[in-house]
Amino acid sequence: MLQVDGVRKTFDGFTAVDGVSLAIKRGEIAAVIGPNGAGKSTLFNLITGHLRPDTGRVLLKDRDITGAAPHRICLMGMGRSFQRTNIFSKLSVFENVQAAFITHRRRGLNFWKLSSELYRGETEALLGSLGLNDKAHAVSGALSHGNQKQLELGIALACDPEILLLDEPTAGMSAAETHETIRLLERIAKERGLTLLFTEHDMEVVFSIAQRISVLHQGRLIAEGTPAEVQAHAEVRRVYLGERH
Amino acid sequence: MKRIPWTVVVFAAGLVVPFLGSRFYTFVATDIVIVALFAMSLNLLLGYAGLVSFGHAAYFGIGAYTCALLMKSAGAPFLPSLLAGGLMSAAFALVFGFFCVRLTRIYFAMLTLAFAQIVWAICFKWNDVTGGEQGLPSVPYPETGWMGALPVIGDLRVADHFYLIVLVIVALCFAALRRIVDSPFGRVLTVIRDNAERAQFIGVNVRGYQLAAFVVAGFFAGISGSLFGIFNRGVFPDFAYWTKSAEPLIMAILGGMGAFWGPAVGAAAFIVLNQQITSYTQYWPFTMGAVLIVLLFVFPGGIAGTLMSLAERLRLRSIREPLVATEPGSRDAAG
Amino acid sequence: MPEFSFLFGQFVGGLTAAMFLFLIASGLSLIFGVLRVLNFAHGSFYMIGAYLAWQLVRWMQPASEGFWPAALGAALSIAVLGGIVERVLLRHLYDREELYQLLFTYALVLILGDLAKVVWGTQQLSVSRPPSLAGSSQLFGVTIPHYNLFIILLGPSIALGFWYVLQKTAVGRIVRAAALDRETLGALGANVGWIYTGMFMVGSFLAGLGGALVTPIKSIVPGMDVEIIVEAFIVVVIGGLGSFWGTFLGALIYGQVLSFGILIFPRFSIFAVSVLMAAILIVRPWGLLGRPLK
Repeated sequence: MLQVDGVRKTFDGFTAVDGVSLAIKRGEIAAVIGPNGAGKSTLFNLITGHLRPDTGRVLLKDRDITGAAPHRICLMGMGRSFQRTNIFSKLSVFENVQAAFITHRRRGLNFWKLSSELYRGETEALLGSLGLNDKAHAVSGALSHGNQKQLELGIALACDPEILLLDEPTAGMSAAETHETIRLLERIAKERGLTLLFTEHDMEVVFSIAQRISVLHQGRLIAEGTPAEVQAHAEVRRVYLGERH
Repeated sequence: MKRIPWTVVVFAAGLVVPFLGSRFYTFVATDIVIVALFAMSLNLLLGYAGLVSFGHAAYFGIGAYTCALLMKSAGAPFLPSLLAGGLMSAAFALVFGFFCVRLTRIYFAMLTLAFAQIVWAICFKWNDVTGGEQGLPSVPYPETGWMGALPVIGDLRVADHFYLIVLVIVALCFAALRRIVDSPFGRVLTVIRDNAERAQFIGVNVRGYQLAAFVVAGFFAGISGSLFGIFNRGVFPDFAYWTKSAEPLIMAILGGMGAFWGPAVGAAAFIVLNQQITSYTQYWPFTMGAVLIVLLFVFPGGIAGTLMSLAERLRLRSIREPLVATEPGSRDAAG
Repeated sequence: MPEFSFLFGQFVGGLTAAMFLFLIASGLSLIFGVLRVLNFAHGSFYMIGAYLAWQLVRWMQPASEGFWPAALGAALSIAVLGGIVERVLLRHLYDREELYQLLFTYALVLILGDLAKVVWGTQQLSVSRPPSLAGSSQLFGVTIPHYNLFIILLGPSIALGFWYVLQKTAVGRIVRAAALDRETLGALGANVGWIYTGMFMVGSFLAGLGGALVTPIKSIVPGMDVEIIVEAFIVVVIGGLGSFWGTFLGALIYGQVLSFGILIFPRFSIFAVSVLMAAILIVRPWGLLGRPLK
């Protein structure tokens, strides 16, 4: 599904991501973990086209997408969410999700049809599954943090992705919200046959749903494998898990 | 509560103007209608796409010259010339816009200004075609003889006939603009304005959409310029000068760029204010500058924005519903 | 092939024009570089500077070298005017969209333009050259007024002075930091508000000085404000926004293109400058010596 071959990115002499390779199979739920500043967000930005790698390649469904424009990568079936909530904060919740339906189905260059009713059914169904239906007409910027995170997930899902990259999907959520979001993610991934790649600071979350875990440290991949293998990995325990547990 | 169909009311009021029998009213009304289209075309960029163009006069000027040259020098009929004016502006907007949308914010504004200066320099210096500094005087009126045979309006003056033609054309342009901002395309523009970075990740080619908006805005500016050249009975390099680009911006902010009809309201206010003030002082720019400063500091939402927030406050007082967006599709309904 | 002396004469003419443009454009560029505001009123400050210089020269009529204090006084008054505008009004618009700042400075153009008409009327005014520089010299068969030579020397001196202050002094470091990144500047503990005011005053001073010094060469007319601002704007765009030497280079190029453009396309010299600007914008939108921007 997604293959990353030795990507490397340097900012002003500082190497943020140093020759990282990943291979994620269709339908897999994979996590990238690592301490702050390990290069997780940069790696995501390299995959989704936000940044261009200095060297290395990114393949999506066996097609080379290295350095392609983000909107092209999105249209090829990759959705993403951001670590810091990134929504259309002046639009209503409904409009946020509806916009994603419109753009992803390439109806955006229609100058004539009325947009207000477009994909109403789909939008309402998706909001329903996120539990946001009662807030559909609220201005999204005024929602609670947890709701905004859910909405961001909704925007990503409206793009009908085959693979979804989630950067800290539960950051700043309460324990209850985190739990709810994780259940939701699992359910949607199963229903849609989604491939998930996410970063997460909450180890409980990671070990409860990830099937594969990659560990980044100072821009390098230091371990990779099933949760059990990673947990047993000596270097991981030393540089990372040791800090927390 | 049934809403008053303000658009219909205003259009009907516009139709009545020639029957008031005053040359002056027809003159002012023609001016307002044409300039309102100029301001509304700009607001597609300003209010919807969030792009500050400081060179919109270029497309106004290109349209004006194209239409005037076709009608005056080539003797072409009115409607094809008008359309050609719009299309020529759109073509230039496509070329200039291609470079402009690569930049953001203030740099975008500066590049649009730079291109507009080039257009101005060409108009100012290319004597053989544009008449240079002297411009193109005595642009002919369209053929309105056929209107004389019509009932009710047959007895009106030529200027009144021209006004009615302008009113209908501009009303059609407004309808088209309304349709565009309510279309999926319009929705994508607001999405880009709100958060261009996120828009990319839902599959939006941001520059592509911005360029499309730039071209559409250029087209309508070109139509407006074409009409203005005829109305003004002449086309001059000033049409494309940088200070002319400031006018639709001022109108948009005066009327309120957050509302669909805001810039048209602003254009009407601008023209009427101009007429009133120039009748007893020559210092119109001073007054405009002072008005502008008050607007910027005290009423940044303009006339429409102030009225809307006032209405919103009254509404909130009556139903006490915190922070609720209006129904999609009616978010910009000021009229 | 025209004679050498003729070409040299054109060159000197272009150089004089370039140095005036540099004075004005460097202020515009400085303000943009630090405050990120495109100040349309910069041209108005230039024009008011010219009128003030004329006024002060008249008041000091008996003094034979009255021009110098008059020019300095005019420039300082414009600096104060700039400082007031920045402190009282402009600063409240920094966190608004660019449109508000652009329209604000444009409103100043409208207001100052009319005020100048109220105070000084609409006739052409002129100032004679100061006696100390009233003479002229022959160089390669070209007669060059001493006043023009003074301007040609003043431009580079100001450029070097600025370069020294910006590169070698503590104040310069803060200004450069401000141009690069506003947030770190606050973190450094610098008083950002006063740096902005200071820079706006320095920029305005340069506009006023340019206006005052141009009076012995060009007559003062209404409308010189909107004309010069576009020229300064083109210079800054050619050289690169916020780039100090870029502005210098841009002014030199502008002056020569204008001066020699007249020879090649008699009617199209303004056009030649515009095309040059367009070409640069297309190839290097950030200008010749500017920094690529995202």
